[in-house]
Amino acid sequence: MANDTRELTYAEAIREALAIALAADERVFLMGEDIGVYGGAFQVTGDLVDRFGEERVMDTPISELGAAGVAVGAALTGLRPVFEFQFSDFSLLAMEQIVNQAAKLRYMLGGAVNVPVVFRMPTGSGLGGAAQHSQSIEAWFAHVPGLKVVEPSTPYDVKGMLLSAIADPDPVIVFEHKLLYKTKGPVPEGDYRVALDRAALRREGRDLTIVAFGIMALRALEAAETLAQEGVDAEVIDLRCLRPLDREAIVASVKKTTRLLTVYEGVKTLGLGAEISALVAESEAFDYLDAPILRLGGAEAPIPYSPALEKAATPQVEDIVAAARRLAHGRA
Amino acid sequence: MEDRFDATPAPDGVNRPWVYSRLSGAELREALRRMVRIRRFEEAAEDSYIRGLSYGTMHLSIGQEATAVGVCAPLSDADYITSTHRGHGHCIAKGAELKPMFAEFLGRETGYCKGRGGSMHIADPGRGNLGANGIVGGGLPIAVGAALSAKRRGSNAVAVAFFGDGANNEGAFHEALNLASIWRLPVVFVCENNQYAMSTAISRSTAAVNVADRASAYSMPAEIVDGNSFAAVAEASFRATDRARAGDGPTLIEAKTYRTRGHSRSDRNRYRSREEIESWKARDPIDAFEAELLAFGLASAEEIAAINAEARADMAAAIEFALASPTPDPAELTRDVYSPA
Ligand SMILES: Cc1ncc(C[n+]2csc(CCOP(=O)(O)OP(=O)(O)O)c2C)c(N)n1
Ligand SMILES: [Mg+2]
Repeated sequence: MANDTRELTYAEAIREALAIALAADERVFLMGEDIGVYGGAFQVTGDLVDRFGEERVMDTPISELGAAGVAVGAALTGLRPVFEFQFSDFSLLAMEQIVNQAAKLRYMLGGAVNVPVVFRMPTGSGLGGAAQHSQSIEAWFAHVPGLKVVEPSTPYDVKGMLLSAIADPDPVIVFEHKLLYKTKGPVPEGDYRVALDRAALRREGRDLTIVAFGIMALRALEAAETLAQEGVDAEVIDLRCLRPLDREAIVASVKKTTRLLTVYEGVKTLGLGAEISALVAESEAFDYLDAPILRLGGAEAPIPYSPALEKAATPQVEDIVAAARRLAHGRA
Repeated sequence: MEDRFDATPAPDGVNRPWVYSRLSGAELREALRRMVRIRRFEEAAEDSYIRGLSYGTMHLSIGQEATAVGVCAPLSDADYITSTHRGHGHCIAKGAELKPMFAEFLGRETGYCKGRGGSMHIADPGRGNLGANGIVGGGLPIAVGAALSAKRRGSNAVAVAFFGDGANNEGAFHEALNLASIWRLPVVFVCENNQYAMSTAISRSTAAVNVADRASAYSMPAEIVDGNSFAAVAEASFRATDRARAGDGPTLIEAKTYRTRGHSRSDRNRYRSREEIESWKARDPIDAFEAELLAFGLASAEEIAAINAEARADMAAAIEFALASPTPDPAELTRDVYSPA
């Protein structure tokens, strides 16, 4: 570990990125519900209001559509807002401004403007939030040209990607899985950037490729350890960037391992794994495949409250192990 | 015990609140019973949290019982309510049973939502409670739709939309009020103004001094009441529901009240003072209602004691029922996503 690298939680890494951006660039400011004295629904902004004041760390009323639109308008005219939704589910109230406006303004105006806004979205299940506080709706945004969509899985990545997102000239959606906020990892001090279009190869392997992101990247790595004990050598790609997708990284890995498993928490049908599968099927890697591609996604149901059901609604480590085992031992 | 208003003057010479003559003694004691049951439910919810028996989050309505029960006083099972994330009280006020409610709170198959909904989605459609809501403001347009439906079906039912002060800044609030007004629908919009939306004081979130002030923009009458007074809330609710049933359209009621607990379990209460919380605790709606019922001779001390004892026993039985109930079977995860063919 380098001198200037410490262990931080994922939430602390985000806060540090926000503090660096706020200190470095006076155009940067934060907006969101209860991000000031309350410290944010997940205590991510924490004490930033004490350090930067209420104008830079701006509480909004519960007006997602309006407030997101204010962020878009401010971005359009020279500021760099970083907007926090308390839960990604509530971004659905602001879809109009994100999808119809932010994503399209530059294009509609023939490239004459740009909209450097960042929307931060706590995502996913696992905390008993039930159907309206637990969704994984990354695919909805990844479907929209004009948006960039990322979902970092480590404290290192979330800091570097958030700093890249704030500096980016276009709208960026940053998904943060709620179960990651308390996870720890090495994070360098100061400003550094992680690209918004590159996947990370987290584990090299020969037998199959697992493509996952967010909390599922961690579960895939855990599964890979179990699989290794059984003699199955899994390669794990942490996608990180959902739009654009790192096509080269996926194709190169599948050509090497000849088998592909995609794992994602969002509903399986029409989710990220469908796009990744199609991308591989259309690529030169198709001829290398030794088994049908396998998708492991969320259940075709809203996220239920009861813990036993909630767990069954999304891929768990055991599910990944079982799927990878089937894939490695012949046809899926 | 005398059931109807009689000529006995109140002890201090003031007139009895109007609603004490509109409702019978038995009905008033039932109102107290529901308020006490809400309090016991919320305390049990909090306790099960502390003991690690429950999961997810929860929003307690301790201190707001008079609003929930006062609003529901004129309602029957045929009338509708839409509730909020802070919905336990509304549910009990509308007549729900404690056993399936607590079972839902603990995510059991015997719960009102068969464990799928949890605290934030407790509903009781059989008694017209269309459900709590995880989305702030989500219930307002739905109540307008229920009112439209009631009117079209020629029923005499009204729909009540409960919402918080924070919700009055969502677009859904403004759209719902306008729609109800242009179509003269039998809706009562009830703002439980407990002064805060999480950490955000209403003065920081809302350009109007009172949420009720917004009604005039939609040509709708509004009134502001003491949300900690059962009589004040119930009287306003009778006026609004009578108006709605007479075909005169929607009303907005703003009940000024206070939640004495934090917003949810993650609240550190950094946005308000201890003195403020204590001053509202001193205005406890249940204590006040009991004192009034006693003073006006509408309930005896023995009756009040019995109501409290019964609520404790029923709550204990509800907890036992919930804990003994099965958890849902993961094999049934996708049941009820769609209706049966
Ligand atoms: C659309 C939406 N935005 C934000 C939230 C998060 N949230 C839940 S309750 C709440 C505060 C609501 O305040 P208020 O309406 O006053 O109701 P109270 O909690 O005071 O009962 C917030 C911001 C949500 N559930 N839904
Ligand atoms: Mg409130």
